[in-house]
Order: sequence, then C-alpha cells, then structure tokens
Amino acid sequence: MANIGLYIELKEEIFKKSNRELLSLARKSGQSVHAVIFCADLQPYLPELRGIQTVIQVKGADLTYQPDRYAQTLADIIAEFKLAVFCGIFSAQGKDLFPRLTAKAKASLVNDCLRVDINNRRAVKPVYSGKLLAEYQNNDEIAMFTIRPNVIAVEESPAVNPPEVKSFQISANAVKTNIVRIVKSPAKKIDLNEAEIIVSGGRAMKNRENFAILEELAAVLKAGVGASRAAVDAEYASSDMQVGQTGKVVNPKLYIACGISGAIQHFVGMKTSKIIVAINKDPEAPIFKKADYGIVGDLFTIVPLLKAEINKIL
Amino acid sequence: MNIYACIKQVPDTEASILIKDGKSIQEATIKWIVSPYDEYAIEEALKLKEKIPGSTVTAVCLGPERVQNALRTALAMGADKAVHIESNSYLDDQNTARALAAVIKADTTFGVIFTGKQAIDNDSYQLHILLAENLAIPVATNVTAFAVEGQKVEVQREIDEGAKEMIQMSIPCVVAAAKGLNTPRYASMMGIMKAKKTEIKKITLSEIGISETQNKVQLLKLSAPAEKPQGRIIPGEPADAVRELVRLLREEAKVL
Repeated sequence: MANIGLYIELKEEIFKKSNRELLSLARKSGQSVHAVIFCADLQPYLPELRGIQTVIQVKGADLTYQPDRYAQTLADIIAEFKLAVFCGIFSAQGKDLFPRLTAKAKASLVNDCLRVDINNRRAVKPVYSGKLLAEYQNNDEIAMFTIRPNVIAVEESPAVNPPEVKSFQISANAVKTNIVRIVKSPAKKIDLNEAEIIVSGGRAMKNRENFAILEELAAVLKAGVGASRAAVDAEYASSDMQVGQTGKVVNPKLYIACGISGAIQHFVGMKTSKIIVAINKDPEAPIFKKADYGIVGDLFTIVPLLKAEINKIL
Repeated sequence: MNIYACIKQVPDTEASILIKDGKSIQEATIKWIVSPYDEYAIEEALKLKEKIPGSTVTAVCLGPERVQNALRTALAMGADKAVHIESNSYLDDQNTARALAAVIKADTTFGVIFTGKQAIDNDSYQLHILLAENLAIPVATNVTAFAVEGQKVEVQREIDEGAKEMIQMSIPCVVAAAKGLNTPRYASMMGIMKAKKTEIKKITLSEIGISETQNKVQLLKLSAPAEKPQGRIIPGEPADAVRELVRLLREEAKVL
C-alpha cells in the first residue's frame, strides 16, 4: 500500500470546505492516507478527518504562513513518512506553496486538476484556458497534484475509528520570501474560487453604485459577487472580482451573469459552472448561447424581481 | 542591473484551439501572441531598467522557431537583448525551468527576473517558482505591485478576495506578474525598427544538457471538453419569467 499525503488548508483557523473534496478523493484510493495540518489545536478539525490512517499535526510557536517554512516542513514530512503522492487545493495558497514544495521534495506537480487517479498517478486538467483538457501522467518518484475547488463529489466523513495522530515540529528554515504583513480587504467577501453561487455584473451595470443590487441578490443566495473585465476596466468593480481570462477561474454550481455579453475571455473563466443563468437586454448577446437559462430583459428590472422571488422560497 | 523577462508565446485569447493527432494542436490558423501576463513582466522589467541607470533587460523565450516573434515584440517594447532557447517538442515544467535557469545562471550578476504568473496555454502555474528554486533565490507569485529599495524589493501579492500579502525579498529574485501590476506599453516605431536589427542569441537544448526524454510529467492526450447543449430563453413578462426561472433552478437544475 502506498502512502498518500494531503495538505489540509486552514484559512484563519477555518477548515476550507475544499479539504473535504481532497479527503473524499484520498479515501477512495484505498491507500494509507496521511493528512497534514498546521494548527495549535487539532480538536476542532478531528471530526472532518475520520476514515483516514494518520493525521500529522504540525506545531510550533509561530504557525503563520511563510512559504519557505511551510514548503520545507512538508518536504521533511514527505521524506519521513515516505509519502509517494501528495495532494492539495488549487487555492491562492496552494498555487504559492505546491511548486515550492515540488522543488524541495524533488517531485513533479500537476496543478488545477479536475480529476485525479491517485493509484495510476494520472490527472486531467484544463489547458488553453479550458478550451481543451489535457491528461497527464506524473512519473516522478513523488507525484503531486492540486485540485480545483468544487470538482469532486464530497462524501461525509465516516463514523469510524479516529486516525492516529502524530506531531511534527515546523521547520526553522530561514525565510527568503518574507511575508511581512497581510492587508485585508475592507469588505468581508465570499471567496469566488470556493463559492457555490456567484452573481456577476458586466458593463451594463453602468456604475459602481449599481453593483449594490447584485450584492443584495447575492446576500439572499449567500453568493459571491463577480464582474466581467469590462466592468473592472471601467472601475465599476475591483480587480479581485474579475472572472475570466485575466481574472479568476470559478466553478460554482450556479452562475448568474447580469448584463454580461459573454465574450470568450469571460466564458473561459466560468464555463465549468454547473448552471449558467444569463440576464441581458440584448437577445443577440453571445452569453445566451452558453447559458442554461436566459431572460431577455433589463437587469435593473429582473434582478430585484429575482431577489424577491428567491426570498419567498429560501 | 541585469534584468530578465522570461516570456512565452501562446495562441491569441480569441483563437479556437483544435486538436491534431491527440497530443498537439493545429497551429496553421493560430495567431500567436506574448502570453498576457508576460507582457506585464516585460513592462515591469522596462520600468525597473528606467529607474536604475546602466541596466539592461534581456528577454528569454523557449520554443520553436516561431517564438522569435515574441522576442521581437519584447525587443520592440524596449528590451536590449533576446535569447531563444530552441525546443521543438513538449518539455515539462521542471525541464523548462532548468533550461531557463541555465541561461540566466550563465550571467553571474543577474538581478530581478520577471515572468507572468501563468502562461495561458498550459496554465501550469508553477514555472516561475521552479525557476527560482533552480536558481536558489526567493520568488513571489501573483504580484500586483513592485518596488525596489537598494538590494531589496517589496511586492504586493493578491491572495483571497481582495486581501494582499506584503512580501520582502532580497535581489536576485523572481517576480511573477499578475493583472494590475502595470499597463504594458505599445512598441514605438523606432522600437520596431531596432527590434528587427537586434540579433537574437540562439541556444539549443543539447547545449545546456536537457532533453525531452527527461520529462517526468508526460502528456497522454488532449481532448475537447463536452459542449453544453444550447440553453433556453424563458419567455414572458419579467415577473412571470423570473418566477419560472426560480422554479426551473429549484426543480429542474436543483441548484437552489
């Protein structure tokens, strides 16, 4: 049996929901699964970590994310526990951490996977901005994969014997890439990469203030708010909200595009959404060809009606 | 300072991509461009050169003969030198990073290396970090602001939902550019003329001891994703259409 490692990502001590996808994938492999988690107190996370063999708790006086230390610690764990495959989430942190770890552990990495066959070390990922899919075989001694959020069916953490818990000390390696501070966004926002529902606005929003109607609809749906490049370039929305080729690639179960024409550069950022809804005044807008459901009409009329209608049922 | 911009040539963002023999794409009809994030990298390299007198910018690109056009673009924007690493087959990220590192290491006084956070063909999101690890220097990814102060740089990296990490590194280092870092300049007429005359230095993979047989990650096949069937327009007065939409989302699509 091979040893499989998972990097369990916490965000301000909160268990990211994509960890459940990683755990579901690993449990299915039938291999010996080791989940690595950097935390002072393991208790809150243990219920999520059942049905695997080992939990490796990384401890230390300072567990703040510093990429050099995290990568070195994980490389040391991979060597000590002889992990042959190592997986994580394709998140902002995963994108930063995994390539560093790859180099330190002398491994090879395939990022942003939609499917991973752990036992055969194969993965499918989008290439050419999702216009094609590529299947890769990772033949390195240690194979690494990061997984795009919202692609793997989550199974409940089974009610079986708890895993064996081991401790590991965080590396005291010198920090070359030094994160000196984190500047938080003034508004509390839902992470678009993990969001289950996204409401997005385009140039037809006309100004920044009008995004409030999307935010109100999003609040009812517990959704994130996104924007097209046109809306970001016109400064109606901030750049972290941009979905598409030069922005975020999102994968929600429901994507509601309001006043977005649907250029290919936007489409590649949201095409894997399970259901796409388009609201646009122009019946010829290309977005209607890509949407599951469309309403031709003025978003300033439709969106408030939609909010009221959803309010009735949720 | 000897500044570098590592760039890649990719199909235009509007291009339809068709598969040839399962593992490669039909290139005949494709318009090639510099990967958009690499344009930010070139621009930031040029801005740094303008700040530090006596600096040079060298653009480096790996790929077949056609990538010389991407290097000409970088030269036309204002890069001083260009190096073409000739490679005609698929090279995995580890090997690509080693090849780029070999070229840069030949210059013992290299400074800041700029590159895009991802190339929009393979979208592998790791080359810049593997390059830095090969050179044993620090690296910051997804950078939206860059400042230099003596032998140190401070960059801003966008993380989740508008939050930002402020990162300090010493020079030499790798900086991977994201949208928002700058607005790439257009090449001037004079720049285009100069670019035509500049000699591009050509290096083969065998000269630096790299071959595709060393690839650890193999491309098995390319496929086209399943197309969504055409959706439907919900007719009727706004209030009726919205009511029907919510019903469909709940009962048919089961997403509410």
